[in-house]
Amino acid sequence: MKNKYSIFSLIKNAFSNHENWQRAWRDPEPKKEYDAVIVGGGGHGLATAYYLAKKHNLRNIAVVEKGWIGGGNTGRNTTIIRSNYLWDASAGLYDHALKIWEGLSQELNYNVMFSQRGVMNLAHNLQDVRDLKRRTHANRLNGIDAVWLETDEVKKFCPIINTSQDIRYPVLGGTLQKRAGTARHDAVAWGYARGADEMGVDIIQNCEVKGIKRSGDTVEGLETTKGFIKTKKIGVVAAGHSSVIANMAGLKLPLESKPLQALVSEPVKPIIDTVVMSNAVHAYVSQSDKGELVIGAGTDSYVSYTQKGSFNIVEETLKAILELYPIFSRMKMLRQWGGIVDICPDASPIISKTSIKGLYFNCGWGTGGFKATPGSGDLFAHTIANDEPHKLNAAFNINRFVSGDLVDEHGAAAVAH
Amino acid sequence: MFLINCPYCGERDQSEFVSGGEAHIARPKQPTELNDDQWAEYLFMRKNIKGIQFERWNHVHGCRKWFNVARDTSNDKIEKIYKMGEQPPKL
Ligand SMILES: Cc1cc2nc3c(=O)[nH]c(=O)nc-3n(C[C@H](O)[C@H](O)[C@H](O)COP(=O)(O)OP(=O)(O)OC[C@H]3O[C@@H](n4cnc5c(N)ncnc54)[C@H](O)[C@@H]3O)c2cc1C
Ligand SMILES: [Zn+2]
Repeated sequence: MKNKYSIFSLIKNAFSNHENWQRAWRDPEPKKEYDAVIVGGGGHGLATAYYLAKKHNLRNIAVVEKGWIGGGNTGRNTTIIRSNYLWDASAGLYDHALKIWEGLSQELNYNVMFSQRGVMNLAHNLQDVRDLKRRTHANRLNGIDAVWLETDEVKKFCPIINTSQDIRYPVLGGTLQKRAGTARHDAVAWGYARGADEMGVDIIQNCEVKGIKRSGDTVEGLETTKGFIKTKKIGVVAAGHSSVIANMAGLKLPLESKPLQALVSEPVKPIIDTVVMSNAVHAYVSQSDKGELVIGAGTDSYVSYTQKGSFNIVEETLKAILELYPIFSRMKMLRQWGGIVDICPDASPIISKTSIKGLYFNCGWGTGGFKATPGSGDLFAHTIANDEPHKLNAAFNINRFVSGDLVDEHGAAAVAH
Repeated sequence: MFLINCPYCGERDQSEFVSGGEAHIARPKQPTELNDDQWAEYLFMRKNIKGIQFERWNHVHGCRKWFNVARDTSNDKIEKIYKMGEQPPKL
């Protein structure tokens, strides 16, 4: 049984100079066989394992991760959480996640620092205004909080925005979802890992999947750098590397993997207490609890697995940031990095069975899956345990690319993060 | 962040170009004959290779011509550039 984290455990451990904290999860060697194995120790994979153990009572399971947990896009994203998507299927999916976020720190006994500071999406031209108003109405019909703000209300909500009508892309208004916000990305991975580990899930790091063994159309196990692991159910949650793993099983996915970048500034005193996103000029910004501005850029136009991204993309974003927030003109940027995002043609995820029995994929989250972490884990666990999707992820099956029943969120959902 | 040697203009920064994705996906000759699976394969399914991938590029801020590139997507190194209509090189 793990020690509960609380103010008292914090005080108690302060007396021993914080040297006696229990480790948060074990570091086991893989067993010969598991009832299910999750490939990819990002937030989605760890959450999947957590809900498989917690809600479906599957305890003899493992998560295999080629690097360290949370080292993929989970630890590289700009942590924006919102559920104001246009289509009913997406609204259901993302709001399911948002509702879990609202109680997640308590449930995991791990502070994921979920902060409902609001997310504002700006409109810069008449088409933006029409699209965003339409989305606001659609959201409200789905029971998702959303309001339209006129330019002066935008200014009131976030006073440092330049709302002058003389700039290249003037602010013509915006939408606001107040329940939206941010969370601490690493804590999400660590909290789910700790919770899953406590229920007996083996979290195996530095273990790369190299092959998928199948007999006919049924999976038999995984070839990994730590040997062969026998299992009847494999749930792949490998973000940018999903196609690489699909290819091991002889499957093709409708994905392209591209670098997406973000950067943070030097830390400063509180200056922006919400999240502001702009699709048209592709700039979005929030401020971390440490005081750094967290700025997200766009994806490169080409497939790449280099986890870097191009300089011109960062340059474009910073140009837009400076026009919208002249006050940042002398800030120094401290760090820049990239993650490889798996983009679906309709910018919606895949949480689905495949044509191979026992092989499940959760991928295609592209530039915007962090917000869905708890919901995605919950629904993927349901899909794996029952060999059937939950009604909330039924629309996100792989067959939609054959039937044509796409969930086209490109542009529909404001900026794609 | 790399340079591309346009077969028509010479070496330029990648930002002058746009990627047209996977190359050698032939347009169906008889579209009416295709079933839904074949359409899905043509329209959406991609190899998305980590390693050497054949792709189309357009010099959009230059000569605006299309050509093919064999590029290693794990390090962005370009192995070979060849014109539209040519067969992919053996690498
Ligand atoms: C710069 C940037 C900004 C973003 N901003 C936002 C945002 O503001 N809001 C939002 O909602 N989303 C955002 N996203 C998207 C979000 O980060 C992802 O959709 C989400 O984190 C995906 O989680 P995951 O657990 O599926 O993937 P990951 O965290 O990438 O986990 C996948 C894991 O699989 C492992 N793996 C891969 N191959 C193998 C193998 N062969 N064997 C074993 N393990 C393997 C990887 O090492 C990795 O740890 C952003 C992404 C980036 C890159
Ligand atoms: Zn040219």
